[in-house]
Amino acid sequence: MSHELDLMYRDVILDHYRSPRGRTPIDKSDFASEGHNPACGDDISLKVALDNGTVKSIYANCRGCAISTASGSIMAEILKGKTIDEAKVLATNVKQMLKGEEHEFTDNVGDIDALEGVKKFPVRIKCALLAWITLLEGIKNFQTGRSQEVAVISTESGDQ
Amino acid sequence: MHTRPKNNMAVIESEPGFAVEKIKADFPILSQKVNGHRLIYLDNAASSQKPQVVINAIAKYYQENNANIHRGLHALAERATSAYEHSRSRVARFIGGVNPEEVIFTGGTTAGVNLLSYSLGEQFIKAGDEILITEMEHHANLVPWVMLAKRKNAILKRIPITKDGLLDLTNLNELITNKTKIVALAHMSNVLGTINPVSEIAEAGHKRGAIVIADGAQAAPHMPVNVRELGVDFYAFSAHKMLGPTGLGVLYGRQELLETLPPFLTGGEMIREVYFDKITWNEIPHKFEAGTPPIAGAIAFETAIDYLERIGMDNIRRHEIDLTEYAIDKLSQINRLEIQGPLDAQIRGAAISFTDPKIHPHDISTFLDSKGIAIRAGHHCAQPLMRALGKVATARASLYIYNDADDVDALVEAIMEMRKYFGV
Repeated sequence: MSHELDLMYRDVILDHYRSPRGRTPIDKSDFASEGHNPACGDDISLKVALDNGTVKSIYANCRGCAISTASGSIMAEILKGKTIDEAKVLATNVKQMLKGEEHEFTDNVGDIDALEGVKKFPVRIKCALLAWITLLEGIKNFQTGRSQEVAVISTESGDQ
Repeated sequence: MHTRPKNNMAVIESEPGFAVEKIKADFPILSQKVNGHRLIYLDNAASSQKPQVVINAIAKYYQENNANIHRGLHALAERATSAYEHSRSRVARFIGGVNPEEVIFTGGTTAGVNLLSYSLGEQFIKAGDEILITEMEHHANLVPWVMLAKRKNAILKRIPITKDGLLDLTNLNELITNKTKIVALAHMSNVLGTINPVSEIAEAGHKRGAIVIADGAQAAPHMPVNVRELGVDFYAFSAHKMLGPTGLGVLYGRQELLETLPPFLTGGEMIREVYFDKITWNEIPHKFEAGTPPIAGAIAFETAIDYLERIGMDNIRRHEIDLTEYAIDKLSQINRLEIQGPLDAQIRGAAISFTDPKIHPHDISTFLDSKGIAIRAGHHCAQPLMRALGKVATARASLYIYNDADDVDALVEAIMEMRKYFGV
C-alpha cells in the first residue's frame, strides 16, 4: 500500500471515521453553525454548549468522507473544556497546518496531528478543513452577538 | 447484436477489428505508471486521452502552418484556413452528412448551449413560454436554461426519471404543450449512462412546434451519430471527450434556423459590414464564430475523427456494450455496491456510476488513485440529478476504446482491497 495513502488514512483517522465522537445531540446550545463542501456534498452541523465560558458539550454531525468525518470527530473530542478563545486559536492553527502555513500549537492537540498527512493530497485539504472553518464561523457569530443565528459557511466561499 | 459468453476477456479482446492492445499503444500517456502502478484511465466521460497522431497534428500546425484564418492572403494563412475548413467538412460528414455551413466550431458543449440559450432566447422566448429539459441534465445543459427562464420569465419544466434511471415519458404529452418553445436533453447521461430516446422526444417536440436540442457530449464519442436521423434541430458536443484537443466543441444547427438566429458573441470575423450605427452579419457558420477560433484544435480534431472512424463508430459502440456488460456484471457481484442507472448495456453507455454504502466516493477515488486507477468522484455537475437519486455524490468509472476487461478486473480487485483497508 502506498506510504502516502497510509499517512493520510492513519489508524487514528480511520478509528475516528468508524466511530465518530460528538454524535450525541444536545438540547441547548450557545451557538450553532453549518458547513458545506459543495465540491463533494459533505456537510456538518455543529452545536456548542458553554459553561462559564468553556465548552461543555459539543455536537458535530458530519456527513461525508473519512477525512471530513474524522476531522469533525477529532474536533469534538479536543474542544471539551477549552475556552472560546482557545478554541479559536486552535482552529486557526489547524487551518494553517492544513494549508502548509506556519503555525504553533500552544495547547494539547489530541489527535489533530494525525490530520497532517492530508497535506499530501491537495484535493482533500478542504475535507479536513470543513469542521474547523464551521467552528470558526460559529465562534464569529457568537462573539459578534449573533449567536441566535445559525452561521453557514462553505469551503468554496471567500478566503478559506 | 452479439451473443457471447460473459466474463470472458479473451472474447472481448478478439473483437474483430478491435485490438485494444494496439489502440492502447497509440496513446503515449497510457504507458506511464501512477503511484507505482500501471495507469488505468477510467475517467473518459470527463475527458479522453489523445493518440500520438492527434498530438502530432497539433504540433504540425504550429510548426508548419500557424496563421490566422479567413483574413490573411499569404501562404500560411491560406493553408491554415483550408485545413480549418476541411475539418469542418469532416465533422459534417461525421455527424451524418450535414452541410458544412451547419457546423459551428465552439469552445465546447457548454459554449454551444450558451450560444443557443442566448440566440434562441432572444429570437423566440417570451414571458410564459415553456422550456423543457430533463432531470438528468449536466449543468452545461441546465444552468443556461435556468438563466434564460429567469431572464425572460419563461417556465422551466423537466422530464423526471424512473427509479431505473430512464426518462419517465409517461406524461410527455402533458409536459410538451403548445407553449413549449425549446426541448433540450442529453443524448446520453454523464452519470447514469442512460441513452435517451432522442428521436422520439424530438418528434413529440416538433409536433408542438418546439425546437429540439440534444447535448451530445457523452454520446458523440461513443456511438454513430446521425443528427438528421435523430431529428434534432441542434446538437452540441466536445472534441476533448473524443480524442481531440480541449477548448473545442461543435454545435450543429439546422441551416434555416441558424440563418435567422441572432449571433451570440460579436466582434471580428462574424460581420460583413460595420458602421458606427449599422452592422450586417457574415453568413453562417461564420456569423457564430467571432474572434480567432481554436484553429489548432479544430485542425487536430479532424485527425481524431479519422482515428475514430478507422476503428469504426459501430465497432466502438459494440466494444463498449461488451465491456459495459462485463463491468456491470463484475461490479454487481460486489456485495452492497450500488450501481446507478440502467443495468442493460444495450440501452446505456460506458459511464458507470456506483456507490458504496460505507465509503464516500472521495475516499474511493483517493484509494483507487493509489492503485493507479483514475475515476471521477463527486456530483458530476448534475446536482439536481444527485438529489433525485438521493445521493450527495457517486464514484464513476467511464470506459473507452483503450480499456479492456483487465482494466475492469483491476478496478474490481481494488474495490475489494479498499473495503479491507477502510475496515467498514
